[in-house]
Amino acid sequence: MKLVIERREISSRLFRFSAPLVSIAVALFVAGFLLLAGDINPLAAYQEIIVESLGSRYGLSETLVKTTPLIFAGLGVSLAFRMQIWNIGAEGQLYMGAMGATWVALFSGIQNHWLMLTAMFLAAFMCGGVWAGVAGFLRARWQVNEVIVTLLMNYIAILWIDYLVYGPWKDPRGFNFPYTAVFADTARFAEYFNTRLHSGFFLALACALILFLFIERTIWGYEIKVIGSNPKAAQYAGMQTGMAIFGVLFLSGAIAGLAGFSEVAGLQHRLQHGISPGYGYTAIIIAWLAKRSAIGVVIVSFLLGVLFVGGESLQLTWQLPVAFVYAFQGLILFFLLASDFFIIYRPRLIRR
Amino acid sequence: MLQIENIRKTFPGVVALDAVSFSVKEGEIHTLLGENGAGKSTLMNVLTGLYHPDRGSIRLAGEEVHFTSPRDSLSRGIGMVHQHFMLVPAHSVFENILLALDGVPNFFKRREWKAKIQALIDEFQLDLDLDTPVWKLSIGAQQWIELIKLLMRDCRLLILDEPTAVLTPQEANRLFDVLRRLKEQGKSIIFISHKMREVMAISDRVTILKKGRSIDTLARGEFDEARLASLMIGHDRIPEWQKNLQMSDEIVLTIDNLSVRNDRGLADLDKFNLTLKKGEILGIAGVAGNGQKALAEVLTGLRNATQGRILARGEDITNSNARRSYIAGIAHIPEDLKAIGIAPDMSVDENLIMKSFKNGAFRTWIFQDKRAIRRNAEEKIEQFAIKSGPDGTPVRYLSGGNIQKVIIARELSEEPSVLVALYPTRGLDIGSAEYVHKVIADGADQGMSTILIAEDLDELLKLSDRIAVMFRGRLIGYADPRSTTREEIGLMMSGENRNAGSAA
Repeated sequence: MKLVIERREISSRLFRFSAPLVSIAVALFVAGFLLLAGDINPLAAYQEIIVESLGSRYGLSETLVKTTPLIFAGLGVSLAFRMQIWNIGAEGQLYMGAMGATWVALFSGIQNHWLMLTAMFLAAFMCGGVWAGVAGFLRARWQVNEVIVTLLMNYIAILWIDYLVYGPWKDPRGFNFPYTAVFADTARFAEYFNTRLHSGFFLALACALILFLFIERTIWGYEIKVIGSNPKAAQYAGMQTGMAIFGVLFLSGAIAGLAGFSEVAGLQHRLQHGISPGYGYTAIIIAWLAKRSAIGVVIVSFLLGVLFVGGESLQLTWQLPVAFVYAFQGLILFFLLASDFFIIYRPRLIRR
Repeated sequence: MLQIENIRKTFPGVVALDAVSFSVKEGEIHTLLGENGAGKSTLMNVLTGLYHPDRGSIRLAGEEVHFTSPRDSLSRGIGMVHQHFMLVPAHSVFENILLALDGVPNFFKRREWKAKIQALIDEFQLDLDLDTPVWKLSIGAQQWIELIKLLMRDCRLLILDEPTAVLTPQEANRLFDVLRRLKEQGKSIIFISHKMREVMAISDRVTILKKGRSIDTLARGEFDEARLASLMIGHDRIPEWQKNLQMSDEIVLTIDNLSVRNDRGLADLDKFNLTLKKGEILGIAGVAGNGQKALAEVLTGLRNATQGRILARGEDITNSNARRSYIAGIAHIPEDLKAIGIAPDMSVDENLIMKSFKNGAFRTWIFQDKRAIRRNAEEKIEQFAIKSGPDGTPVRYLSGGNIQKVIIARELSEEPSVLVALYPTRGLDIGSAEYVHKVIADGADQGMSTILIAEDLDELLKLSDRIAVMFRGRLIGYADPRSTTREEIGLMMSGENRNAGSAA
């Protein structure tokens, strides 16, 4: 007997679409053992995750609040992935976007509410875009690997924000806490249903719809898909791949930057240390789980929002560390990549 | 001496060899003849131990053998000259040969070993200096080294995989002389080819492979070109076409003293000159690696010229913005179809508009007109008889011939003035190859000018109005396919030109 791995001729559609769900299920199963090791009944824990995140108006609103930055960052990352450009710097781009929006909110002196929000939007868009654009320029001009550049620039962005909130931008009346002064009402999103749910969520949905149309319906989206599928063929067809790489990374970072805008304008109402608990990294998992589709990003972001909120309540009831949530995310990605292997290949036992 | 019975070898999703049986006698030249994809290379890889057959047996001198590696088969006296040589370019000929030998002691007598190898070189009257570094040698000479390696190891069975693809006709004849002498010494030779002329010239017996099966084995006297061709092609339908003579003196493209350097700073094109007339098929002959690829790439905008000019109807387009738009009007059939011709994950519909997606017909403002794109695809699929599978099937699931059709349909859809075809029939079966010839000939009737780069002289002679010969990045001269001989072109391919510009 011998085990051989064969390439499937055509991968089954059903298999392809069920793979993310199956990998989540398997990840749940394996994570159960982690919970058991901590003397926690996994079924009770999972039930609590569902009840806490979806079972009440408050829980649901909190889940949507967590979903919002995940959608923005996930959209940004999936756009770049679509062209086989590996932007893993959404975290840093989020921070830079938050910085841009904060700068406008604190120092522009604009009085009009809509004018203020528009200016914050544009500032976050540009800051996130330029931050990722650096990697795009280096990649397009000198073939510098964008993975390294985007990754390392995360640390620069995070530490730069720390410098601002511990230094020049620190709130003078903030008892030395690392955050800026709180925003005026003109620089805040509206909130709904007496919860923390804010306009950022709807902005994220609109953004997903626009990006979906952009990729699936426009000639630019077509270009991105051709370049992603085969850059050499794109060059043969006369497409300017260098410009496209820069443009897509810029746009990718700009959308991730909107996550920062939405967080400061809708939730925190100030810039502070550790404004994102790793949304930008989770975005990588989201983009992959969503198969890089904009609509998929919304769905997967919601699922991971459930996990974030449910995980928080597990921390409260069972003193489970937040690391559990990340471990669980890691497991999902792990099994998803594994399932990708089985989508393309098929193991078979043969008799010799 | 060697007996192969009922060999089967499958790869995921492909049956590469289905049922192959043939035998090789001592002291014969046995040709394996088959189209690309018939399974010749796979069979040889089975024979040299690189692949293990799923079924069937290999007998060497009556004894069943199971080779586990090429080293294993080599130790049993089976040696192969691959299409891609395994040589260390910076080392001398002597060092390269020594590297391939077993039983050379760590401290060896240099002069003694050199004498041994030199004796072999003298015996076959080869023109080879042992102290020259390999990179300085021509491809033909490098092939001698590979052969000597095997002879030094006393191989009884030599396998040559399309050895003439990289040779000028003269070099090929030289090789055949050597092979005949080896045969007289009792060595067996398996010769792989799809060039009918060579098969006729050298084979004692011919085994025809088709779609992974051995169709028949014929001895000398039982076969002629027509018989072999019909066995090789079987019942495949061959498209018919006829070539009309193009008589036009209007020059559409002039290449003037053009040089292109590669990454290492060496010149791929060296002061190259060429003129292309309206409606003509200009064949480019030359041994592979003499600048053909660079020529195609600079004409299609993939590389930039370091020196010289390209003129389109008299206008200099070398480095101007006009080049980009002009290039857009040049159709291109690339060499490596799957690598550069298509976006493999996208549908046939989407691949068909890759060059024209910005045309008004396929978009409204920035939005794609999916209905128009679909209509276009339906037309092309019908017109070029593309077997495309269900709607939306990614192109990579299509067969090679159908991918080629998708590319041709796309490239010719905008009635280009110039077509650059780089080895357009490489890897295609005869039916598909003839189809490509027909498309090119039909295009010429419509006034399209074609630069046809090919390695098969017969293909060039059949199709071209003029043949330009390249050597080391330079134009050696033009030949008229109606009056030239293979020998004349062969000489030009090795850099000689006795009657420069006779047909220009």
